[in-house]
Amino acid sequence: MSTLAVKPTKPWRPKVRNLAPEIFGAFFTAFATLAIVAITPLKGRLGFSFALIAMAVFTSATISWLRRDRKAALNSVSTVFVYVAAAFVIIPLSSLLFEIVRKGIGGLSWGIFTRDMSLASADSPLTEGGLLHAVVGTLYVVALATIISTPIGFLASLYIVEVKGRFAALVRFFVQAMSGIPSIVAGLFIYAVWMIGLGNSYNVMAGAGALAILMIPTVARTSEEVLKLIPNDLREAGLALGATQWRTIAMIILPAAKSGLVTSVILGIARVAGETAPLLLTIGGADALNLNPFEGNSSALPFYVWKNYSLGNPESIQRAWLGVIVLMMMVFIFFSLARYFGRTKGARR
Amino acid sequence: MTQEIGDSERKDMKTQTRETRVTPSSLASVASQSQPRSTEREIIEGMGLEARNIYAWFGKKLVLEDISMDFAPGTVTALIGPSGCGKSTFIRILNRMHEFIPTAALAGDVLLGGKDIYGAGVDVTKIRLKIGMVFQKPNPFPSMTIRENVLSGIKLAQLKVDNQEELLQNCLVRAGLWDEVKDRLDEYGGALSGGQQQRLCIARSLAVNPKALLMDEPCSALDPGSTLRIEETIRELSESISIVIVTHNMQQAARVSDYTGFLLSDGGPGKLIEFGSTSEIFSNPKDKRTLDYVTGRFG
Repeated sequence: MSTLAVKPTKPWRPKVRNLAPEIFGAFFTAFATLAIVAITPLKGRLGFSFALIAMAVFTSATISWLRRDRKAALNSVSTVFVYVAAAFVIIPLSSLLFEIVRKGIGGLSWGIFTRDMSLASADSPLTEGGLLHAVVGTLYVVALATIISTPIGFLASLYIVEVKGRFAALVRFFVQAMSGIPSIVAGLFIYAVWMIGLGNSYNVMAGAGALAILMIPTVARTSEEVLKLIPNDLREAGLALGATQWRTIAMIILPAAKSGLVTSVILGIARVAGETAPLLLTIGGADALNLNPFEGNSSALPFYVWKNYSLGNPESIQRAWLGVIVLMMMVFIFFSLARYFGRTKGARR
Repeated sequence: MTQEIGDSERKDMKTQTRETRVTPSSLASVASQSQPRSTEREIIEGMGLEARNIYAWFGKKLVLEDISMDFAPGTVTALIGPSGCGKSTFIRILNRMHEFIPTAALAGDVLLGGKDIYGAGVDVTKIRLKIGMVFQKPNPFPSMTIRENVLSGIKLAQLKVDNQEELLQNCLVRAGLWDEVKDRLDEYGGALSGGQQQRLCIARSLAVNPKALLMDEPCSALDPGSTLRIEETIRELSESISIVIVTHNMQQAARVSDYTGFLLSDGGPGKLIEFGSTSEIFSNPKDKRTLDYVTGRFG
């Protein structure tokens, strides 16, 4: 390979000299903020943040105005506001994650995944007992809810977008109305109909039914949006090749929409994985591992967190934080797997 | 007064169409004089496509009025006319893609081998197998490789094929794409250029062995080089099947087609102004409007 005499110089990598106004501006902003906090009554973190934002806006606008014109100043002001807004989005989430890890990581050990709480009492140290029963309960209840709601959600969206049946508008309306159901109502519905009405007792299946009620509208609405994005050319191409509508959907539409459909299921799971209220009414809660989803009380991680936190002693509160971090880890692992298996192959147009 | 003109026009057109209407056999004899391709055509002689007195509506609006045309096996027919004259609607009627539009309605017959494709009890998927379609925008299936794209029709219609590799090669060769993709059959169709994608779509339609191929402005999104390749492909394909091509490109119609139909709408429904051999339409048209259009005086 021959070396080229010309190197890319523009407009990337400004020299330090060119950046002088920006650097000066940054230092000025920092000093001015400190000065304001020291002199004026603005105190504390909140006051500091407020002063910092105000000074950043003022400095960048002034520098832009001096170097160029009023339009550039306005541009700088809006840039600062966009960055601030982005920071406000990131700060709550990252501090939440930080807090969960800080409080929960201490009790994390392999042992908690192998034991349940049947032999431990509320004030036992963390080396006794564990959350195996809650992990298994959550896996069961989420898996069953997914199995129930994915086909129903997909078929509803296929009816709305592909079949365009006479009741499509009605189905869409009901799906939208369903997404507004409070989770406790879904739980109460299962409790009233499935348990009191039909005489069943607490089990994982009832919990899965309650979660499915919450999950169906999310899956249906998201997959509807995904299917709408599939270009009409593909439908016509399939039909023009002599395929029936079902073959076209199964072989062309669904594969083309695969990654989006996986996302719709992920969003559905994210909606229900942490739900506590419907589970309180349906799975009953237990301290022992229950491997049968169709019979007997069971636990789940949100249930475990709620129960331990309400017990109130230090070990239980530590267990509650442990439950939170394990739930977060499970959701994260599941998302990664779904992303991996739902990834799009081939070039997109 | 306008009504009178309209009526006389229609009468004009009817006499014209009657004059210019050609039976498959006479067409075949004309065509065989110019190009030697005899034995294969005789086998598919009976599979000509014929449109009789087609009227079409979208809702209450009449968009096509009394269009009759014959598409003989082994010929290329070009449909020309300004935008909005109903060419695309007409070509979509020929393989029943028209009926996907909820408000669409139709009168008249489309005959394939003498049988009405809109007849009661006709399986529409079988019709679309026999009458393939290539669309304006190349639309290979994004989730399939080149190989899977070509063979998709077989899978979609659940046909049985003895030798898939042979069919794959055969279709790609006939579509003029084999040499360019033979080493990368397992890459995705979306990775090809626009012109290659369109030829892939042609290969895909050929795999189900259609009797006729409808092309709705197949080159409008392509560069001149790809257009030429596709025109060569069309000429080669016309040896075995009948092809109907909608085009806005007058030179293309003159280059590839044996017969040309000129459609025009005067704000109302589109009508067939003139139908005849391409050389006649372009050199010595009977109707003044056709002359004006093909010489670029309007449209």
